[in-house]
Amino acid sequence: MSSPVLADFLDASVRSATPLLLAALGETVAERSGVINVGIEGTIIAGCLAGLVAATVVGPNAALLAAGIAGIGIALVFVVVAIGLAADQIITGTAITMLGLGLTSTLYRVIYGDGGAALSAPTLSVIGIPLLQDIPIVGRALFRQPLPTYLAELMVPAIWYWLHRTQSGLAIRATGENPGASLASGISTRRVQMMAVLFGGMCGGLAGGTLVLAQVGTFTEGMSAGRGFVAIAIVALGRWHPVGVAMAALFFGMASALQFFFQALNLNLPYQIFLALPYLLTLLALALTRGVYRAPAALGARKAVRG
Amino acid sequence: MMRIARMVLDPLLAGILSLLMLAALLVVSGYPVAESLTALWRGAFGSWSVIASGTLVRATPLLFAGLAIAVAFRAGILNIGAEGQLLIGAAAATAVAMIMPTSLGLAGALLVLLAGGLAGGAWAAVAALLRVRFGVLEVISTIMLNVIALNITGLLVRGPLQEPTRIFPQSALIDQALRLPRLIPGTRLHLGVALAVCCALGLAWFLRYTAPGFRLRMTGSNAAAAASAGGIDVRRVMFSAFVMSGALAGLGGAVEVTGVTYALYENLSPGYGYTAIAVALLARLNPASAIGAAVVFGSLEAGASAMQRDAQVPAGLVGVVEACVILMLLASEWIGAKVQGMRSLNRGGTPHDQVLEASSSPA
Repeated sequence: MSSPVLADFLDASVRSATPLLLAALGETVAERSGVINVGIEGTIIAGCLAGLVAATVVGPNAALLAAGIAGIGIALVFVVVAIGLAADQIITGTAITMLGLGLTSTLYRVIYGDGGAALSAPTLSVIGIPLLQDIPIVGRALFRQPLPTYLAELMVPAIWYWLHRTQSGLAIRATGENPGASLASGISTRRVQMMAVLFGGMCGGLAGGTLVLAQVGTFTEGMSAGRGFVAIAIVALGRWHPVGVAMAALFFGMASALQFFFQALNLNLPYQIFLALPYLLTLLALALTRGVYRAPAALGARKAVRG
Repeated sequence: MMRIARMVLDPLLAGILSLLMLAALLVVSGYPVAESLTALWRGAFGSWSVIASGTLVRATPLLFAGLAIAVAFRAGILNIGAEGQLLIGAAAATAVAMIMPTSLGLAGALLVLLAGGLAGGAWAAVAALLRVRFGVLEVISTIMLNVIALNITGLLVRGPLQEPTRIFPQSALIDQALRLPRLIPGTRLHLGVALAVCCALGLAWFLRYTAPGFRLRMTGSNAAAAASAGGIDVRRVMFSAFVMSGALAGLGGAVEVTGVTYALYENLSPGYGYTAIAVALLARLNPASAIGAAVVFGSLEAGASAMQRDAQVPAGLVGVVEACVILMLLASEWIGAKVQGMRSLNRGGTPHDQVLEASSSPA
């Protein structure tokens, strides 16, 4: 690839990766506390709709906030059922996905009428960082992007610091590894998990907001298109570590950017292969690195311990 | 007698509950309640032909997938990959139907179904192997396998299996001779419905009365005890149950293409594999009860299209109802556990298994 094409490709990769990274970072925090929220898809789509509705009223920047809040709202349902009532996380998460998809498609029609005509929202403008954006090849991809991309980029070190260098991060990791011992040492494991999941919900909502406000500019039913499930794959491929997750998100972003490039270059390659490939590699990576890196020990455990 | 009464009453109660919830949602979102519910009823139970062509036809894939979920959950495996297993089953059945000589008659149709079941089982075997051999959580692997299955289907209907004119992303029509015969002339009710009911009853018998069924239940309710006290090869039981689960879902996919659509499409399944979780939970993971549960959700989905058409109520609302039913069932389980003096909270076993035991009636 010549360098302008390469720069385009990287730019598209980062764009595709941004919502994935946001959602995956949130899911990372939740999973490190021992909670797997497969309902992340529901929080993303809620963020999409909230982003659109809010953008038409208060503009795109505040709308991003609204999207995050909508994500928290959906995650709250998960928290009440899966942690409050100690129900199975997987089943609850599946229900949350169905809830989010059904609720948004209904609300969209209720708010905007039956046709569900494509409504366009004001979008976030691209912010270029002086000097850095002029770096050849990677400059545009990393430093000439809309706000959410910077947010995601900054969240990577921030979450690493949070999880690995602060007291509350330690509590999260301890809860995910050994809830019994954590509880015995005075950590309120349920509260830790609730906070971690709500944070994950906020990130999912932001991811949805990003889709609408920085990329598509409108809402369509089911527009989250499985990104919540991608996020779960990314967390696993990234080994439950923020830096690994960032690389995995970029990898998935590249895979989906590649499909557009093949189409643009008129290469008649079946793009489904490139869409499926990252999942295949994730499965392989999970199988082959057993024991080297692993999921938090208590991941998905139904009743951590009641505290 | 009690069991049979529950088999009828539980789905009935859930059906009424869903209707109440739907009514509440209709009020909140400002749709005319009576008109909408009438449309729903007309679409689901309005006439014999609607029941046969709509509700029961919609219930069939839900029953197959619901059985898949139930058998996996009973073994302590959280297979949420029924969606992918169903798609792969449908794809394999279509592929085999394209090369199957039509002179075989019904035997040919059965071979096509068999191909679907085998493919679904093989697809689940990947996740099963990853779980028992490499310790990969089946939740993560099945989610990924679902996406891969969707992409494989998309690839097939634009490539090797695409219809001859190469315009539409779908396969050619399956030959008349290989389609499932209609049970009632003039309706869409096909042999697959009967097949699904047979599978449900067979599975109920298998779990209740056979030694492998017993081992499966033991493994699910307490894997550690099953291994140490029962001498059960837990990994092997889990593997087989996982494959059986995938085979049921795959069979469901094969029945869908040979009984309803007669062709493979990318979006063949409107999320049957996920709604099936609601079906299985409503049936308390009991295969025979799953028949009624599948009819409840089948009627909701059949009625939803009528409701959208006649009363302009978005069909997505039914998804909300389904989700609420699952969440309420989970909540009622918690209340049940409280009532029983939190007995289940103090038991051993892996954490996942407790929910499954709590939600499964003693078979």
